[in-house]
Amino acid sequence: MLGKLSWDAIPIHEPIDMIVSAVMIVAVVGILLWLTWKQLWPYLWREWLTSVDHKRIGVMYCVLALVMLLRGFADAIMMRSQQAIAAGGDLGYLPPEHYNQIFSAHGTIMIFFVAMTFVIGLMNFVVPLQLGVRDVAFPTLNSVSLWLTASGVLLTNISLVIGNFARTGWLAYPPLSELAFSPDVGVDYYLWSLQISGVGTLLTGINFVTTILKLRAPGMSYTRMPIFCWTSLAANLLIVAAFPILTATFAMLLLDRYLGFHFFTTDAGGNAMMYVNLIWAWGHPEVYILILPMFGVFSEIISTFSGKALFGYRSMVAATMAICVLSFIVWLHHFFTMGAGANVNAFFGVMTMIIAVPTGVKVFNWLFTMYGGRVHFTVPVLWTLGFMVTFVIGGMTGVLLAVPPADFLLHNSLFLVAHFHNVAIGGVLFGALAGYTYWFPKAFGFTLHEGWGKAAFWCWLIGFYLAFMPLYALGLMGMTRRVQHYDDLHWQPWLLVAEAGAVLILIGIACLVVQLIVSIRTREQRRDITGDPWDGRTLEWSTASPPPVWNFAVLPQVESEDAYWNMKRKAGGQRPAQLAATAYKPIEMPLNSATGFITAFFAVITGFALIWHIWWMVMLGVLGAFGTMLVFAWRDEEEAEIPAEKLAHFDRAHRAEMAR
Amino acid sequence: MSAAASIPSGRALRTGSEHRGPASKRIVVGYGFWIFLLSDIVMFSAIFATYAVLVHATAGGPTGAQLFDQTNVAIETACLLASSFTCGLMSMAINSRNAPATYIFAAITFALGAAFLGIELREFAGMIAIGATPERSAFLSAFFTLVGCHGLHVSIGLLWLVVMMAQVAAKGFRPNVERRLLCFSLFWHALDIIWVALFSIVYLMGAR
Repeated sequence: MLGKLSWDAIPIHEPIDMIVSAVMIVAVVGILLWLTWKQLWPYLWREWLTSVDHKRIGVMYCVLALVMLLRGFADAIMMRSQQAIAAGGDLGYLPPEHYNQIFSAHGTIMIFFVAMTFVIGLMNFVVPLQLGVRDVAFPTLNSVSLWLTASGVLLTNISLVIGNFARTGWLAYPPLSELAFSPDVGVDYYLWSLQISGVGTLLTGINFVTTILKLRAPGMSYTRMPIFCWTSLAANLLIVAAFPILTATFAMLLLDRYLGFHFFTTDAGGNAMMYVNLIWAWGHPEVYILILPMFGVFSEIISTFSGKALFGYRSMVAATMAICVLSFIVWLHHFFTMGAGANVNAFFGVMTMIIAVPTGVKVFNWLFTMYGGRVHFTVPVLWTLGFMVTFVIGGMTGVLLAVPPADFLLHNSLFLVAHFHNVAIGGVLFGALAGYTYWFPKAFGFTLHEGWGKAAFWCWLIGFYLAFMPLYALGLMGMTRRVQHYDDLHWQPWLLVAEAGAVLILIGIACLVVQLIVSIRTREQRRDITGDPWDGRTLEWSTASPPPVWNFAVLPQVESEDAYWNMKRKAGGQRPAQLAATAYKPIEMPLNSATGFITAFFAVITGFALIWHIWWMVMLGVLGAFGTMLVFAWRDEEEAEIPAEKLAHFDRAHRAEMAR
Repeated sequence: MSAAASIPSGRALRTGSEHRGPASKRIVVGYGFWIFLLSDIVMFSAIFATYAVLVHATAGGPTGAQLFDQTNVAIETACLLASSFTCGLMSMAINSRNAPATYIFAAITFALGAAFLGIELREFAGMIAIGATPERSAFLSAFFTLVGCHGLHVSIGLLWLVVMMAQVAAKGFRPNVERRLLCFSLFWHALDIIWVALFSIVYLMGAR
């Protein structure tokens, strides 16, 4: 009846697991009770859960990412603490069994549910506004994407309480991840969580490629698109081209595990290196899916706060698209040690070095944008500067790893761990937090507190260097990754420094939480009435903050790059009243839909049932999801009209407020 | 757009200031579905690559040359290609708002698709009966996955076709129903393209 599921699945004998589970359950139940107490459910259902508004969906993605950042960081500091003490005779506080789950969960969560989710959240919120349009190409599909991602998050977190998570590392290499060596549900949790959220990501990619290529304000040709839209386009093209490979690869591993196929097994002709090749054919484009949009964020910020147009806009676009293409022909550098031979390794080594060239072009473009500009050292600029220094260091250690002979020594050492955290934190995470600070006033109508933001930045920056520079040294000293215990006592001082860095990052995270609370409490003082707090250059700053559901009452007419900046210049530095009051026409906006939420509900049921082999429940979940789609396909009303008077009223009120 | 802007200068041509704003819904939907099809083809190409790597990993079991029956595959191919033709005829019937012709061609398309699927399943059953199961070798795992994945797509297509005919019956030729029918026909033709690759790489090259 319940497949493999029994009371044994609850980890009663592992105190740490039970405490964490208890805290999580209490927190979730507490929030649910609070929502019920405050009678917020109808509001939440109407305005958020069933919303198909790209801005709301973007905000929900970012919230999800920030919450998962806490979970991923908890894993990180547990690992750092274990390594700080588990030297020589001391075995530390985490048994190997648990430690292995933690590093697997840390990687999975940070890449898929923090970095990916944050990137997609920012794109959702910003891209349609920058393009000067009212929504994405497929609004309901967008909501389906969000909730499928949330389903993956939920399944991963359920594994804390019921069963366990993979102990295979974040990419679940076979043969370790095959049934013969990982017979319990950990790998299945990993695979089904990522299959489900992966479908959501693929749908996002399709949605945004179509949006950017087919829905732009009149006059916005490709060469007038804001750079963030360009980098988002590149990232979404990569999603469309790379995520199907991930789906296919995981499907093969699932067939191995569930039906006894022999793709990657050690017997009957299976080939485990096939998996490693396929997973990195997805995996390397994936790192550019994460970093390219962040390059866009930094470009927007540096140009806005330098008061100058971005230096070398076209070379920036060319560099972005070059990286987009090249990212597909470097995957083998993740496993030079496979033994593909000198020529193959040399080719991939050289390609890897070549991909550093367009990245270098970008760094110089940012420097020249600042040169001769009037740079305001706001929090987003601090994150950008921190990124530029940190990312260049990370990029250079990457080029070093691209030399196959050097890689043979450094492969799977802490040097590698230091390198990819160097680019992932210094690039993606700094970018996410820069974008969060930059666009927060657009989303909520008030700015974030500067002081706490600066404190958070310095803690993160110094904490990062303390935590990861020692790992470079340790890697050169021969310490491998994923070590639960070590005998060489010379390593311990370095690991203690790394632990101190992790604590400093923890303080940085605390500063971010305090910043948010303080900012919300003092929101009346920090309200932004103009909709344009930074003297922005692109179209999102031309509408109110927060923008109305319809974004723009009349679609803006784009006449140049930096469209809004030039509108302001034409109007003599004034914020132009965008439109004549007579021009209002009624607008059709898509209706809310519960399709995404309900589909995701059935996806969680299906995923959970598959993990535990509860076949009747699998049928139930699949039929439920199919039925939900049918109901959606059968609805008669898709859009509701917003009358012209309402648009006019909103604009009049907004302008009157600005005039005050 | 003003009249002046519609006579673009050389500069305007290059920068594309003639860009007219958001495309129509029909274009957006068709375009989005094309992107989906491309992603689906990428998924197939990953499985094709795996098949190409594992095709000789028979682990002492049967090879393709011993298992494949060319006549069978020829009939299958004929069914699928013919169904693509009738699907095209269905699209023409839809364009002229001819409901009876739409139903007839949809029924023929369905029948041909189902025949294709039936032959494929019989082939699978025959192989499994003589012990050539996907568990036997990596080659057979890859074979069943590649061909089976295409078969799964055909099955989903058949289900979709039934749903669409129910929609035409219940809702008539509404714009959104027409857009979905357009996507269906794109999907059905794409399955043909994949079958051509599959036919060549698996059955033709495997027969030698």
